[in-house]
Amino acid sequence: MNRLVQRLGWPGTIALGVVLVIVLVAVFAPWVAPYPQQGVGAPNVAAKLSSPSAQYWLGTDHLGRDMLSRIIYGTRVSLTNGVLIVTFSLLIGLPVGLAAGYFGGWIDEALMRGTDIFLAFPALLLAVLMAAALGPGFLNSIIAVSVTWWPWYARLARSEVLVLRGQPYVEAARLAGVSHARIIARHILPATARPLTVQAALDVGPALLTAAALSFLGLGVLPPTADWGQMVDAGRKFFPARWWYSAMPGLAIFIVALAFSVLGDALRDRKGGASRGAA
Amino acid sequence: MELARYILRRMVLSAFVVLGVTFLVFIVAQVVPSDPASLYAGPRPTAEQIEKARQELHLDAPLIERFAGFAKAMATGDFGVSYKSRRLIAEDLRAYLPATLELAVFSTGLALLIGIPLGVLAAARQGKWPDRLGSLSSIAAVAMPTFFLAMILQLIFAQWLGFLPLSGRLSREISITAPLQMVTGFNLFDALLAGRLDAFGDAFRHLILPALTLASYPAGVAMRLTRSAMIEILERRHVTAARALGLSEPRILFSHALPNAMGPALTVIGLSFAYALTGAVLVEIIFAWPGLGRYVSEAILAKDFPVIAAVTMVVTICYVVMNLFIDIAQALVDPRVALS
Repeated sequence: MNRLVQRLGWPGTIALGVVLVIVLVAVFAPWVAPYPQQGVGAPNVAAKLSSPSAQYWLGTDHLGRDMLSRIIYGTRVSLTNGVLIVTFSLLIGLPVGLAAGYFGGWIDEALMRGTDIFLAFPALLLAVLMAAALGPGFLNSIIAVSVTWWPWYARLARSEVLVLRGQPYVEAARLAGVSHARIIARHILPATARPLTVQAALDVGPALLTAAALSFLGLGVLPPTADWGQMVDAGRKFFPARWWYSAMPGLAIFIVALAFSVLGDALRDRKGGASRGAA
Repeated sequence: MELARYILRRMVLSAFVVLGVTFLVFIVAQVVPSDPASLYAGPRPTAEQIEKARQELHLDAPLIERFAGFAKAMATGDFGVSYKSRRLIAEDLRAYLPATLELAVFSTGLALLIGIPLGVLAAARQGKWPDRLGSLSSIAAVAMPTFFLAMILQLIFAQWLGFLPLSGRLSREISITAPLQMVTGFNLFDALLAGRLDAFGDAFRHLILPALTLASYPAGVAMRLTRSAMIEILERRHVTAARALGLSEPRILFSHALPNAMGPALTVIGLSFAYALTGAVLVEIIFAWPGLGRYVSEAILAKDFPVIAAVTMVVTICYVVMNLFIDIAQALVDPRVALS
């Protein structure tokens, strides 16, 4: 514990704790939520739009569902969003960056200019266009955000490879007649994968924030699945009289994103940088 | 010479990027959606109506031909007709673009106005509470969902304190009783041109909350960048010399150190402008701001792809041009940029 605090500082340690709690809440949602049925979407109209009380700690929504239970179930969508977006983006960005950096020449030029096109868009706007074309839905919104996200990993991977390519051990492997595929898989990929996965872990917060913006616009998960961005939007009709409807899920997004960004900052600030792969 | 080559290269690359952007928008808006013809044909179309729509939209033409048509239309500013309202999109854009630009420019100014002095303060009081508070709030600004911040500001300043309007761009008394004549489309300018101080004040008051929402994140970045640039400069000799001469601390900070730390300001302008153009989608819905963001969000719900495509194109081109200007300005200010 002391070593952890020393490494991450107090804010970082608290943030790590918050992230762990949220992950546990997401995994054990049916046991943690006071009204699991309502968390999944069962209406409870008799209690609609009740203000926060002993019975419903965070109030209820327009169908009388317990906000706390809905928010607890919402952690699942939110975290999966964040994790899947960075995973998909890595799966596209890493190979593109590897190929560009390793082969250089016209392959590099072609791939990186292609990447530039994706980076030329204001990110949220491209995601909105993509999500609108694919139609709303869980997987579609993740794909839409990933389309705007992968170029950053392609750039990062490329710059890592450019450094590695000149290393004596890579030169030696090439002179020894090792195939390109094998050099990439055995010598380059392992060394590149680490800084990239660390970066990806740091990006989970911003990624789930973008996904929340899409679902706020009605392009995310479809009801009755509990989703924070969509809840904030649904609550706008009752805002500000029934402020808790929008405020509680909004606060949830803020807390999760804050925890991830404080943790990210703590990891980056650590001596020796983030390249040790602590995440 | 290097500078000229750098600028030329950046311009060529930007032109190439715009072409790529056009292609991507074409693919996503016209090829990915499953059935544009039935959307175009209107609600509950018959088979003949869909067939007619297919022909009008040239959906049966080869892809290359369709792209050529799309690119030509975009280049000439012919964005087509909205599926939903059947209005000319170009006309809608003319009405909505200035509103969004006004918001973007104003929020960028606000971000600099808040972020830079706070950054100077944080650097001057390094490690003390203003510094800590500043870095804490800039982290919070990153994690704050734009749409949530917008609603909080509405709740506090419009609902509780009641000294700023809840939403809209002008009060009814102005927009209906004595409307402004649209000259530039920027309400602040138009009010000044017409010599209408009442309208100017009203437009200004309506701008504050949405602009503040959009400024929060870039202001945090401006603060961080100014702080680190200032800390570096405060250790330089000319600052020590100024101290030794007994100049007052504010004088040292603002007239000797700050001008040398202005490098980040350009970066922040670019970032803030881009953030405002993107965030407009979320903020304009909440503040009922009649700009591109609200226009596109209504189009999303109606699957009005020509509108979504047009807005994406226009905003992206604004964005690319802005970045080009910033890069060139940075190269002019600091010639080392052109060499790297």
